[in-house]
Amino acid sequence: MMRAFFRVAWIVVRKDLTVEVRSLEILSTTLFFAVTVVLMFSFGLVVDGRPLNDVAAAILWVAIAFSGTLALGRTFERERHNDTLRALLLAPADRPALYVGKLAGILLLLALVEAVLVPLVGLLFAAPIFVNSGYLIALLAGGTLGFTAVGTLFAAMLVRARSRDVLLPIMLYPMTVPVMIAGVRGTAALFQPTPDLAVAMFWIGLLGFFDVVFVTLALWTFDPVMTD
Amino acid sequence: MRLRSLFLSICLTVVPLAAVAAAQQPSGDFVPVDETVPGEQIPALPLIATAYGFIWVGVLGYAWSIGRRLQKVESELAELESRSK
Amino acid sequence: MLGLAAGMFALAPWMINAAPNEATMGLVYKIYFFHMPSAWMFMVAAITSGIASARFLFLKRPSADGWALAAGELAVLFGAFTLVSGPLWARKAWGVWWVWDARLTSSLMLFMIFVAYLLLRKYGGPGSDKLGAGMALFGMANVPFIYVSVNYWRTFHPLTSVVPTLPVEMGIPLWYCVTAFTLLFIVLLRMRTRLEHQRVRVEALYLLEDES
Repeated sequence: MMRAFFRVAWIVVRKDLTVEVRSLEILSTTLFFAVTVVLMFSFGLVVDGRPLNDVAAAILWVAIAFSGTLALGRTFERERHNDTLRALLLAPADRPALYVGKLAGILLLLALVEAVLVPLVGLLFAAPIFVNSGYLIALLAGGTLGFTAVGTLFAAMLVRARSRDVLLPIMLYPMTVPVMIAGVRGTAALFQPTPDLAVAMFWIGLLGFFDVVFVTLALWTFDPVMTD
Repeated sequence: MRLRSLFLSICLTVVPLAAVAAAQQPSGDFVPVDETVPGEQIPALPLIATAYGFIWVGVLGYAWSIGRRLQKVESELAELESRSK
Repeated sequence: MLGLAAGMFALAPWMINAAPNEATMGLVYKIYFFHMPSAWMFMVAAITSGIASARFLFLKRPSADGWALAAGELAVLFGAFTLVSGPLWARKAWGVWWVWDARLTSSLMLFMIFVAYLLLRKYGGPGSDKLGAGMALFGMANVPFIYVSVNYWRTFHPLTSVVPTLPVEMGIPLWYCVTAFTLLFIVLLRMRTRLEHQRVRVEALYLLEDES
């Protein structure tokens, strides 16, 4: 039972990866978009050559949220275009396993984007990304998982909806406000001259709670919302 | 239809708000907010009137709009049902 | 019931007017008589919408969708009342229209979620009932997270405690207003739900006509 579940999830991940590796379309466009977002915000928030307080953390998370939305939209657009999602849903597989597969694929994609984004922000804003990197990685992992757990469900639901490109961010951003606040405040606590580890730990804990609740809820709702 | 009533209610909010805001700024005599004792010189009555007015207009407008739509739908329903018999 | 709600609502200004002025804030605190019931009904509407959505999704009750939509619309309506009357009160009590306080910010975020819900219901096209149900359910589950995170992000405590222990002559009008708003909420909810159910029936009949 459990093995079959993960086998289905793995098949979905492998299918997505094979398609993506062949073209690199989503990865390259999302990555470049994320870099562009960082630069756009820098022009707005760097005054007299010096960034405002906590700007590095804020820009990092806004870039993650924006590029995450883009990646989610593109991934499901590809499914819609080839009508493969319908085929997946018709297959005699566990629905939640499909969700987990999709989620894992997008998480992997965003992890690659963040692997470039975080050093870039560290470089441009002299942020100490190597000092408490364990905490930073925990924040990034928790935040990205929370964001994509909700995002994957919403993007999957929206595949057949009208005006889905605009509805995805409209629905996703208010819903993931706790993730944004936790990510930005936790990262800002780490980027201070004297890092505040207790504060970072609190936000990591909140993100953990959020992830558990929303992944469970998404697994639970995926089946009924995707049934015709 | 729903959008139009939404638009109407937004207009009805913004206009009194703007009027109140305008009434509170005597020309050329700007006092930064944190230098005054909170709310000492602000007349309370326009604020209350705006709040109550907004809620009244909202409730009445919404109830009216539902009532009208309900009437329309029910007459349509009656017509369809008599046609199908 | 409609008559009772309307009558209570019409009498509310006299009740409120009869209440004595509060010592430190004076006249402006009377906004509170409509503000607090609005905020409560905002919460009740959001929870109603979430529960109805869960019933629609998991128990497959088609009629629950009408309730969820009606409650979602009322959440936006009462949310708007709360968010408009709140700043009007804050302008006098705190000297600014808006503070990034935990309650204010989380109310705003909940309001945004339900506006998004209505936009989805309106522009989502076919199948948006299920999407909306999923979203309302998530929105309800999100409330504690929004509150905790905003609370730690901004621990600005209001200068005046928001729920003072009221003396009787202020308490009676307040509870009167809460009752009036609750009745109003129930009446509007039932009307809007009825409208939605009838609309679904009309659509079904048109579909039937097309087929035959």
